[in-house]
Amino acid sequence: MAMTAAADSGLHPGFADPGLDSQRVFRAVLEAMARPGTIVGLPARAAGPAPLDAATTAILLALADYETPVWLDGAADQPQVAGYLRFHCGCPLTADPKAAAFAVIAAPMGMPPLSAFNLGSDEYPDRSTTVIVQVATLTEGAPWELGGPGIRDGARLAAGGFPPGFRRWVADNHELFPCGVDLVFTCGDALTALPRSTRLEG
Amino acid sequence: MTAATGYNFAYLDDQTKRMIRRAILKAVAVPGYQVPFGSREMPLPYGWGTGGIQVTASVIGPDDRLKVIDQGADDTTNAVSIRRFFARTAGVATTDRTEEATIIQTRHRIPETPLAEGQILVYQVPIPEPLRWLEPRETETRRMHALADYGAMHVKLYEDVARFGRIATTYDYPVMVNGRYLMRPSPIPKFDNPKMHMNPALQLFGAGREKRIYAVPPFTEVRSLDFEDHPFAVQSWDQSCALCGSTESFLDEVVTDDKGGRMYVCSDTDYCGRRRDRKEAAE
Repeated sequence: MAMTAAADSGLHPGFADPGLDSQRVFRAVLEAMARPGTIVGLPARAAGPAPLDAATTAILLALADYETPVWLDGAADQPQVAGYLRFHCGCPLTADPKAAAFAVIAAPMGMPPLSAFNLGSDEYPDRSTTVIVQVATLTEGAPWELGGPGIRDGARLAAGGFPPGFRRWVADNHELFPCGVDLVFTCGDALTALPRSTRLEG
Repeated sequence: MTAATGYNFAYLDDQTKRMIRRAILKAVAVPGYQVPFGSREMPLPYGWGTGGIQVTASVIGPDDRLKVIDQGADDTTNAVSIRRFFARTAGVATTDRTEEATIIQTRHRIPETPLAEGQILVYQVPIPEPLRWLEPRETETRRMHALADYGAMHVKLYEDVARFGRIATTYDYPVMVNGRYLMRPSPIPKFDNPKMHMNPALQLFGAGREKRIYAVPPFTEVRSLDFEDHPFAVQSWDQSCALCGSTESFLDEVVTDDKGGRMYVCSDTDYCGRRRDRKEAAE
């Protein structure tokens, strides 16, 4: 009964233990970012609003706050999502992808190119957007061979459900190094990351 | 030890941790680049490891096991205080053993025992900017990093060669990370520089007073600057450790009397102590 009410109109809950759950989720994202292509399971979850996956919700709860403007794509830009993020994170929502610290892509097929987001500057490459892309699969797409920092002999990522030309965008994004966005792919309870330092082999 | 009450887990408030965590993630994505962050006032003075403590406080969780070393030693004032700080404010387990620790906070050494995947090494950094003594203006050094304009550092090393016949820098020896950013490894002896290269552990650097965080992800290329005709080389000693007999570790010179007596001992107390334990067990 309560669940139905929450799904309809009410506010969904955040983390059960905001402090420690945030720490666990941060460590999962850090692990993913430090070892590109590694698929990391979500250590703590919150029942967020549709269409956000558990991993997307958890990353935002752990890392977004009043200092980080969040950009939502058309699919994610729903009143219940906006209300949830405003209440639990207190983050401003922005319509300008260049102003976003985090971007949430719930429907990758219709996403703008990565160059639409803040790429940082040569002086301050850290100011670029972290783009969270909810994908259909992390394991059953066309495999990409990865190389670069965090990867010993080579890593493979088989995420799928990307718009045409996405691989080109990722390769171009790496060419901008040290500028460029950092990508986090989420799917249900799992996540993986492709920082700008990762190159696509082959 | 009982955990202190009235504090947030690991002392820092959650908003500060989020800000530091975001800085760490960007630092990992751009290896060697110094990310500015809002360094907080800590209950100990700048210069005592406030940067490292803030990084550790933002990373650590209840399941972690913390080791803290100061110049390689687990039992010096700074190491003891920082270890106790986290035992009290986070209630985490602590250890002296390098391979048992999930997080190792260090001042000025990398442990002799090789690190493993999944471990995090947190460095306390006094001056993060490798070009600072060559160019005092932050605006200029920032541009030099943007343009990868590191000629000045090569000139400095060359002046060493011209004056002394060799590169005279022995600690805080500059490195290139991932072929892009010039980085200060913090005042570790150059003996430890090769350990940074392709290390399986994640290396995080925190500079509290200077408000910078930077990182070297696991398996990342870290090359010490040198010249073809003056290749990088680490220190070596004629002596071996007077306590454990190691010929492979970094040795501290200890003056034992006022008649010129001295002994050389391992700077890494965990490594040295366990070598001695093993030797005793074998006898």
